[in-house]
Amino acid sequence: MIENLNILITEIYKVFLLLIPILTAVAMIVWLDRRVWAFVQKRRGPNVVGPFGLFQSLADALKYIFKEIIIPASANKIIFILAPIVTMTLALISWAVIPFSEEIVLANINVGILYLFAVSSLGVYGIIMGGWASNSKYPFLGAIRSAAQMVSYEVSIGVIIINVLLCVGSLNLTDIVLAQENLWFIVPLFPMFVIFFISALAETNRPPFDLPEAEAELVAGYQTEYSGMMYAMFWLGEYANILLMCSMGSILFLGGWLSPIDLYPFTLVPAPLWLILKILLLFILFALVKAIVPRYRYDQLMKLGWKIFLPLSLTWVVLTASYLFYFNLLPVN
Amino acid sequence: MIIHSIFFYIFSIIAVFSAIMVTVSRNTVHSVFFLILDFITISCLFIMIGAEFIGMIMLIVYVGAVAVLFLFVVMMLNVSKQKNEWLGGEKNSNHIPIGLLISGVIFFELIIVVGGWKYKPELLKTFSSIGIDLSTTNTHEIGKVLYTDYIHLFQLSGMVLLVAMIGAIVLTFRQREGIKRQSYFKQISRERNEGVELADPKNNEGVKIDV
Repeated sequence: MIENLNILITEIYKVFLLLIPILTAVAMIVWLDRRVWAFVQKRRGPNVVGPFGLFQSLADALKYIFKEIIIPASANKIIFILAPIVTMTLALISWAVIPFSEEIVLANINVGILYLFAVSSLGVYGIIMGGWASNSKYPFLGAIRSAAQMVSYEVSIGVIIINVLLCVGSLNLTDIVLAQENLWFIVPLFPMFVIFFISALAETNRPPFDLPEAEAELVAGYQTEYSGMMYAMFWLGEYANILLMCSMGSILFLGGWLSPIDLYPFTLVPAPLWLILKILLLFILFALVKAIVPRYRYDQLMKLGWKIFLPLSLTWVVLTASYLFYFNLLPVN
Repeated sequence: MIIHSIFFYIFSIIAVFSAIMVTVSRNTVHSVFFLILDFITISCLFIMIGAEFIGMIMLIVYVGAVAVLFLFVVMMLNVSKQKNEWLGGEKNSNHIPIGLLISGVIFFELIIVVGGWKYKPELLKTFSSIGIDLSTTNTHEIGKVLYTDYIHLFQLSGMVLLVAMIGAIVLTFRQREGIKRQSYFKQISRERNEGVELADPKNNEGVKIDV
């Protein structure tokens, strides 16, 4: 019994060791997002609170905590309160399987990539629940849009993952990274990386695909009725999801924690730092896209997902499989 | 082991409770949410017995896609306005006997399957000519069985799903006349000289637009 308790306590300790840096990183990444966005537009961005404005997110969070939480009278109370909690929880639990180096991983499970995919496909529920429970027109429209959008883009992300899995022969994230020791998958699967990046933008409701919360049409979409800490939780969950998509992209295509070249000065850098650098690189790309691309129309979004990305990625699966089969490169366990 | 059984009972209680709530709850949207909770706990149970692949596929397919469509339909059709009335309602629904019949059949099938395992443990191994190798992950094992012994059934179920999908599209597709369609190619390939025209309007006459 005491042995079990010990295991439980160490696990909880590990979870906190992972969770606290991630929550801090999410707060910092919001600041980075706003800074990059501002620089593209020749503004300064948040630069007042703390050095370089680094504590801006902290100040925002404090403001949100002290604001009043307003629950609309006609809202479905339980689901209304559950929605931000679901979003936040789902955004955080997927970090359990992300390997930061060959040893540093909370849960090294056999089906890591499926777990990531499953949890990210559950993310749509937070939005639907929030939109429906608000019992108001704009949030509901936003929720319906996001449901259709996220389900469509998941399909192409799933097919892209199959491409990578064909080259690896395992669903374990550590194995996926180790298979890229000689060649990162971004080189042979470059078109898939591009499609993955765009689908990740759509999956996380980032501009140019931020139709669920398009402020010009729907006020703020599913978040319209939320205020105070509940709004902040939606917001944190969204950014945690974006970071997760970036880390998924760097694990699948950019070689995870591996250094670009296996030479002396590069090997000195600790492995987790490489992963963090790659995540940051992808995130800055996300932020740049937000700043320079106008919003898509809804029918264009659906057409892009179903008529262009899905056939392309399916064709690429056939190509990859036939190439691997013809040259006898298929990974056999 | 004790922690294992504690988690097993927690998940089973949640699963049974939410399964009951799916049928009992008055609000249809609540029913769908309980259904989702049920799917999630069942996949947790699958993961607990070591069938992690099936658990994850269950999450992706049922919770990530099918239940979203359920929710979509329930919310769009405004079924939530009609209360679920077969328990508390005044007129008895005539679907109850059919439901009881189907659940009875499923119950007996389950008893037969469980009884088969109980009294003939080697049944599992005789199903497949390959036999189950415990040293590899169960994803590999499922792949090996699915693409060798059951390849025809696998392909056949794929065909059935495809036909069902085409059938659904044919049933709901209608060609509407007289709606404006947008062609991306046309929109992108527009040039200035065909989009802009300089006019010299006369007083009190104006210009004729929209040809």
